Amino acid sequence: MNGFEAERYELHATPTYRFVPDRRDFFKVIGGGLAVLLVLDASADAQESGGAGRRGGGGQAMPQEIGAWLHIAESGAITVYTGKVEMGQNIRTSLAQAVAEELHVSPSKITMVMGDTMLTPFDIGTVGSMTTPVMAPQLHKVAAAAREMLLDLAAQEWKADRASLSIEDGLVRNKASNKTLSFGELTKGQKLAKTITPDARVTPASEWKVAGHDMRKVNARSIVTGEEKYTSDMKLPGMMFGRVVRPSAFKSSLISADTKGAEQMPGVVPVHDGDFLGVACDDSAKLDAAAAAVKADWKTVPQTNSRELYGHLKSTAANAPAWQPIEGDTHAEATYNVAYIAHTPLEPRAAVAQWENGKLTVWTGTQRPFGVRTELAQAFGISEDKVRVLVPATGSGYGGKHTGECAVEAARLAKAAGRPVKLQWTREEEMTWAYFRPAGVIEVRSGARRDGTITNWQFHNYNSGGAALRSPYNIPNQIAEFHGSDSPLRQGSYRGLAASANHFARESHMDELARAAGVEPAAFRFKNASDPRLRAVIEAATERFRWGRAEDRAGQGFGMMAGFDKGGYVSACVELTVTNGAVRIDRIVQSFECGAIVNPDELRNQIAGGTMMGIGGALFEAVDFENGRILNPRLSKYRVPRFSDMPEIDVVLVDRKDLPSAGAGETPIVAVAPAVANAIFDATGQRLRSMPLKLS
Amino acid sequence: MDLVVNGARHRIQSDPDRTLLAVLRDELDLTGTKYGCGEGQCGACTVLLDGAPVRSCLTPAKAAQGKQIATIESLAQNGHLHPVQQAFIEADALQCGYCTSGMIMSSVGLLKKKPNPSDADIKSGLQGNVCRCGTYPRIVQAVRMAAKASNGRVA
Repeated sequence: MNGFEAERYELHATPTYRFVPDRRDFFKVIGGGLAVLLVLDASADAQESGGAGRRGGGGQAMPQEIGAWLHIAESGAITVYTGKVEMGQNIRTSLAQAVAEELHVSPSKITMVMGDTMLTPFDIGTVGSMTTPVMAPQLHKVAAAAREMLLDLAAQEWKADRASLSIEDGLVRNKASNKTLSFGELTKGQKLAKTITPDARVTPASEWKVAGHDMRKVNARSIVTGEEKYTSDMKLPGMMFGRVVRPSAFKSSLISADTKGAEQMPGVVPVHDGDFLGVACDDSAKLDAAAAAVKADWKTVPQTNSRELYGHLKSTAANAPAWQPIEGDTHAEATYNVAYIAHTPLEPRAAVAQWENGKLTVWTGTQRPFGVRTELAQAFGISEDKVRVLVPATGSGYGGKHTGECAVEAARLAKAAGRPVKLQWTREEEMTWAYFRPAGVIEVRSGARRDGTITNWQFHNYNSGGAALRSPYNIPNQIAEFHGSDSPLRQGSYRGLAASANHFARESHMDELARAAGVEPAAFRFKNASDPRLRAVIEAATERFRWGRAEDRAGQGFGMMAGFDKGGYVSACVELTVTNGAVRIDRIVQSFECGAIVNPDELRNQIAGGTMMGIGGALFEAVDFENGRILNPRLSKYRVPRFSDMPEIDVVLVDRKDLPSAGAGETPIVAVAPAVANAIFDATGQRLRSMPLKLS
Repeated sequence: MDLVVNGARHRIQSDPDRTLLAVLRDELDLTGTKYGCGEGQCGACTVLLDGAPVRSCLTPAKAAQGKQIATIESLAQNGHLHPVQQAFIEADALQCGYCTSGMIMSSVGLLKKKPNPSDADIKSGLQGNVCRCGTYPRIVQAVRMAAKASNGRVA
C-alpha cells in the first residue's frame, strides 16, 4: 500500500523482548464480554514498523502480533486498545470515528485506551504519519467484526433471521418484531474472543457516515477547562520532585562529584550513579538550591561549531557522490543547506516514575511508549514485564519525543528516593538535552532541453535523510542518494524531517532550472509531471491562487512548489512582501491530497498547523551551537512563529474516496520553505539556498 | 501570606518570592495553568490579576496579594462554559491543548479591554502566546466568535 521510504532517523532498534498479555488471562484483565483481537500478518507488521520491525529478530520465532483490540463489556462499555498515542494530531477522535462507523454507535460512547504498555498491544510508535493509513483501517476491521458478532448473538437470542437484524445507535434491532437489545445485554455472561486477520471486510469510504466527516475532539471540553492532566500536571501520594544536575557541554564525563551539601538539606535526596547526578526534593521550591548544592567537576572535549557545520557534514560523509556528465541545452548546479532546528514542544519533556515491589511504572509523554519501556528495562536491568509505561495527555512532540531519557532519569531518582518522583525538564533542558532535526547539505546538478523537458537530475543529500529523496517528476535519468555524515549534535526524528530538506532543495532547484531554461515555473512543473495525482494538486493550488496574475505592489513576490511524501501529494503557492530585507508572508494556498479524507475539518487544522510551523523552519529557526553548548536554548533567543507571522492560509482539499487514507501530520510542512524561497527570488532576484532563509 | 484565587481566599505556605505559577500548580494543585518557558515568552502560564492577563511564571506570588487571581479553572460556571471556552471548541482552536489555558485567559483579558476587537487587535493582543501546533488562524476565529457571542459583555 505504501511504497515510500520511512524516515531514516525513525528507525530505532527494535525491542529485544515483546510482552503480549497471555490471551488466557485476557478476560481476567478486562472482564467478561466480547473481545475482538486483530492479529497482524508478517507483511502488515513490516509495513507498520517501516520495514525495521524484524531487525535484530534474526529469524527467531516471534509471538503472534496483535495490532489492536476492542472490548464490549457486560455494562455495554466499548473500549478500544491501541498502542498509538495522542499528541495533538487528533487520532483519539479520528480512531474513535473509525470504530463508531463500523459499530453504528456514537463516537462519544467509545473509550480509547492508548499508549499503555500493560493494556494495549505492542506498537512501534506514533511516527511517520502511519496511524491513519495503518491503524485506522485495522480498527475498522476490528469494529466490523464486533458488529457481526453482536448480530450473531442477537440472531441466536431471538432465533431470528440474521438478515432481519440491524444495528442503529448502539442497539441491535429486530425489524420483524421491532424488539431491541443493547450491546451490554447481548454480551452478558459471555467470554467471547474472536481473532481476525487484516483481510476482514469493512465499510467502503464512499459509504462512511461518521468517519470522513467533521467531528470535534472528544476531549476538547476537558482541555478548555484546564482539567486535562498532562504528565507535568500529575501528582501521586508522597511524590517528590526531581532535577538533573547536568554538565555545561555535551560529551562531558564526570571527574568527581560531591553531594554532601545536598545530603544535609532536609527533604532532599541526591543521586550520584556513574555520570548521572540529580536530586529529588519533597518540595519543588527546594529544587534550585538542592541542585546548586551538588558540586561536580566535568571534563569535556573540543566540538564542532555551527559556523563550521556544513563543511563538517560534507567532509565527514561516508562516501563521495559519483557525478555523471549532464546532458541537455541548459544546465544548473547548486548547493542547499538546512540548519538544525529544535522541536520546541510547548510542554517540555516530563515523567513521573514509581517503583513498587520491584516493578516500575512511568507516566511520560512519548511517541514510543514501548520503546521507552525497553529503554527503562535496559537501564535498570529488569525484564520488560516489570515495566509499565503510560502516556497521559502530551503537549505535543512533532517527532521530538521518541526517546525516554526523561523517563529513565525520573525512574533513577525515584529508585533512590524510595518514593514516586516527577521530573519536568526546563525549557532550556528541552532545547539542549533532547535531540534536533538533522542539519543537511544537498547538492543538485540538472539539465533540461529548450522546451523545458528535464533530461538529467542528480541529487545528493548529506545527513538530512532519505525520505522524499527521489523526484516525483518524470525524469528517467535520475540519481538520488543519501550520504550519512558525522552529526555534531544529537539528531533524530522531526515532523517531515528529511522530506522538508529534500523538498526545499528540489523545488528551489526546479525553479532555478525553469528560469535557466526560460520556462515559467508552473508550466515547467506541469511539463515534467506525469503522475496524475501530482498534476491534480498543482492544478488545485494554482487555480485557487490565481497563479500567473501580475504583481501589483513593490516588494511583492510569488512562488510555488509541489511534491509527494508519506502517501500525501502537496502543492503550495505563496505571496509575500519584502520590505527593507524583511519577509512578510501574506498568503499561502496549499492543496493536499491524502486519499480518502477521514475528518475534513481536522485535516484542514493539521495542514494549516503544519504550514504555520513550517514558517519557523523556513524563516527563523536555527540552533546555534559552540563547543558542545547550545547558545540559544530559550524562546527569547530562538524565534518560533507567532500570531504576527500568520499569513492568510487557504487549504484546498482533494478528496480521493477511491484511495486508501494516508496520514497528514507531516507532509504539509514540507511545502513552506521552497515556495517561500522561490517567492523571495521573484521579489528580489536573490536566490536563498540556506534554511532558514535570510536576506543579506 | 493570603491569596485570593478564583474567588476563594487561601493561606499560602510558600515563600512569597516564589513565582505565582509554582504556587498555583504545586501548592494549590491548579494545574490548568502551564509551564512553558519560565521567561514570559510563551504565555502558557497566563492568569488574570484583577482582570488583566499576566505571566504567572514571572510574577512573584507576593505581587498578587490583595488582588483577584483568576485561573482557567474559574471560567466555567455551574457546568456552563465561558463564551471563549465554547468558541475554542467550536472553532476547533486547539491541537495538543497545552497552550490552550493561556490562550483562553489572554483572550478573556483582551475581550474585557476590547469587547469588539478587530483581527489586528486579536493578533497583537495574543502576540505573547505561542501555539507550537500553529492553530493561530483558528484562535483568531474563536476570539471573534466569542466576541460576537458575548455581545460586548465579557465576564
